[in-house]
Amino acid sequence: MATTTSTEVSRAGTATRAPRRPRAGRIERNRQRWGWFFLAPFAAVFLVLLVAPLAYAFWMSLRTDTLAAGESFTGLANYQRAFTDPLFLGGLGRVGLFVAVMVPIQLGVALVAALVLDTLATRLSRFSRLMIFVPYAVPGMIGALMWGFLYSPRFGPATDIFGLFGATPPGFLAPGTVFYSLVNIVTWQWAGYYMIIIYAALRGIDPAVYEAARIDGASGFQIATRIKVPMISAALVMVVIFALIGTLQFFTEPSILRNVAAGAIPVHYTPNMYAHGLAFSYQQFNYASTISFALGVIVFAFSYLFLFLTRKRSGLNS
Amino acid sequence: MRTTRRAGRRTAGLALVLGAATVLAACGSGDGGDGGGDGGGGSAAGSCTNTIVNEDAPVVTVWAWYPAMEQVVDLFNETHDDVQVCWTNAGQGGDAYQAFSTALEAGSGAPDVMMIEAEFLGQYTIRDALVDIGPLGAAEVADDYTEGAWSDVSTGDEVYAIPVDGGPMGFLYRQDIFDEYGVAVPTTWEEFADAAQALKDAGYEGYIANFPPNWWAFTQAMAAQKGWAPFEYEAGSTDLRIDMNSPEAVEVLAFWNELVQNDLVATDEAFTADYNASLVDGTYASYVAAAWGPGYLAGLSDADADAVWRAAPLPQWEGEEPRSVNIGGSTFAVSEQAENPELAAQVAIEIFGTEEAWKIGIEEAALFPLWRPILESDYFRDLEYPFFDGQQINNDVFLEAAAGYEGFATPPFLTYVYDQGTQQLTAMVEGSVDAATVMANMQDDVAGYAEAQGFDVSQ
Repeated sequence: MATTTSTEVSRAGTATRAPRRPRAGRIERNRQRWGWFFLAPFAAVFLVLLVAPLAYAFWMSLRTDTLAAGESFTGLANYQRAFTDPLFLGGLGRVGLFVAVMVPIQLGVALVAALVLDTLATRLSRFSRLMIFVPYAVPGMIGALMWGFLYSPRFGPATDIFGLFGATPPGFLAPGTVFYSLVNIVTWQWAGYYMIIIYAALRGIDPAVYEAARIDGASGFQIATRIKVPMISAALVMVVIFALIGTLQFFTEPSILRNVAAGAIPVHYTPNMYAHGLAFSYQQFNYASTISFALGVIVFAFSYLFLFLTRKRSGLNS
Repeated sequence: MRTTRRAGRRTAGLALVLGAATVLAACGSGDGGDGGGDGGGGSAAGSCTNTIVNEDAPVVTVWAWYPAMEQVVDLFNETHDDVQVCWTNAGQGGDAYQAFSTALEAGSGAPDVMMIEAEFLGQYTIRDALVDIGPLGAAEVADDYTEGAWSDVSTGDEVYAIPVDGGPMGFLYRQDIFDEYGVAVPTTWEEFADAAQALKDAGYEGYIANFPPNWWAFTQAMAAQKGWAPFEYEAGSTDLRIDMNSPEAVEVLAFWNELVQNDLVATDEAFTADYNASLVDGTYASYVAAAWGPGYLAGLSDADADAVWRAAPLPQWEGEEPRSVNIGGSTFAVSEQAENPELAAQVAIEIFGTEEAWKIGIEEAALFPLWRPILESDYFRDLEYPFFDGQQINNDVFLEAAAGYEGFATPPFLTYVYDQGTQQLTAMVEGSVDAATVMANMQDDVAGYAEAQGFDVSQ
């Protein structure tokens, strides 16, 4: 987003300067020197903290280190291994499933909550808005630890609640159910945050539009679906992008729950966890770099594809 | 329209910044959790948990997670003018190994002396991460340890660690529960299965014991008791024999699986809050434990006030010669990053090399010593444990178990084996695979992994 702003500014700058350019070469050069000067701090941080580690990781991913046979340069063999590795592909499939299930749920909850809160203007709505947002203020790790206890058959409330009806609760941390338990944690944590983004976008709409719609006989539901949603589509696209990237890199919540459900959440549950496990549990730093790099490329590709498909709605192209 | 768009963009920018900050925060706290807080600065003497008594003496950094370690370190520092110990608890087991491995890979940040469980030493010697302390004084103290203990830390003349505590296994049980339901305490595994059924039939609502699917070391020890020896590996060699899928292992696992499928044992994951609570509140009538188990039990909160704990020898298999097995037990090794290996070796040898230190280790931390002057003392044999109402558990159970232990070879990638084991055992207790399939899968997975790591694998 920041890039859009700066291109626009520079475009505007060029537009006013353009006629003077042939006569003012020295000033222009001087200006450019200052431009580089102001850019330097960012460039340094960018190079040292992003480009250099990426280059190093890529270099590592081209080498193979084994316990018995030592280290050697193997080129792209690690990538060939990664894209035929059932554990990596299985993890990718799993986060794909998380995207398919979790993103629509999060988006749905956030959108409905934002639309309802946008319509209400009571003190209750301000309070609800805060309450929906609060889970986001809880650090992800603490939230996951907390849910770990809530899911526990011994310490959690589920046994008591189901007991009221004479039933036994499902094992929330069993291999078959832990997927939905994780969906629940992430939705709880992030829906409020997405709600705030959507809500802010809704607040930006000129109320005169609603008035016009109402005069034309539109119901509240019609206003919500036909006017509000289309007008905030840019915000919705952004929310989906955040959710998409976050989900593809799924790590914190399953890693924490693994402490209480090691059998249901294996070390390769998501690609990110797999990379972490390979590096820090199995000392396969080279292959871990390969997995990380491959995941990075996939996340980038998916994000780009999504932005390309929604370019008309996202407002990025206007 | 224009203002709206700009506002939207500003929100977006803010959101991006917030998002990035959250990610950073999450990473930071995550790492902190894994590394155990200030575990990162191993070489910085400023981050010691203990206080340095003699400020002028050179400092050796130590990572360890023994209970009551602070008292042991204080004792060491008060009695040494030439060297001081700076101790940090960098997490327990896997967490500490992660931090240690990362520091090794990074080339700095590892402690001078590291606590490593005996069966994990191979994982570090194969990376040349540990100093051969044989010439640095360790060879001279070899006689202070039993032959079995010394063979676990050495290859030929090379010595990679100093043994500290051991984990011979026994059977800790709730006398009050067995008495209340009129069930005899089992001495064989056949009796154990009958007792499990008898307790249930008598109306006991808990389980005789827990079968932890996330603790492969437990299954390993149970199978080893029947003579299972799946690995053969000499440190420094690339030959590795892997034979996990053998009849005795399948038999032992099938025995436990039958108890699991008949709902006669619990299947809670070990070392979780649920498991800890169940251990001490009467949900499990017994705890099949290593010698560090009593200390673990005593450290748990919310214990049943009327609990009457007793220790007995581990049940044996009928018609088999009795075998002793072991889980855990740790050593002190000197890392290759030690600035002064000689001094570090001195610390590794001497920190648990006095009777005073061991009295703390035994009475405060309930450790089982491998240092012979205390292991073979009358004091240790006759010691009465208040947790067991004065029972002499060493005399009754653990000394004999330790004496009979013959060792168990492990491959130098045990973490992988344990992780695979967790997955397979979870599938088994869920009922989706049987014991034979578990062992067949383990053989395939582990042999495949070893081959990918460049070993010459034989069966």
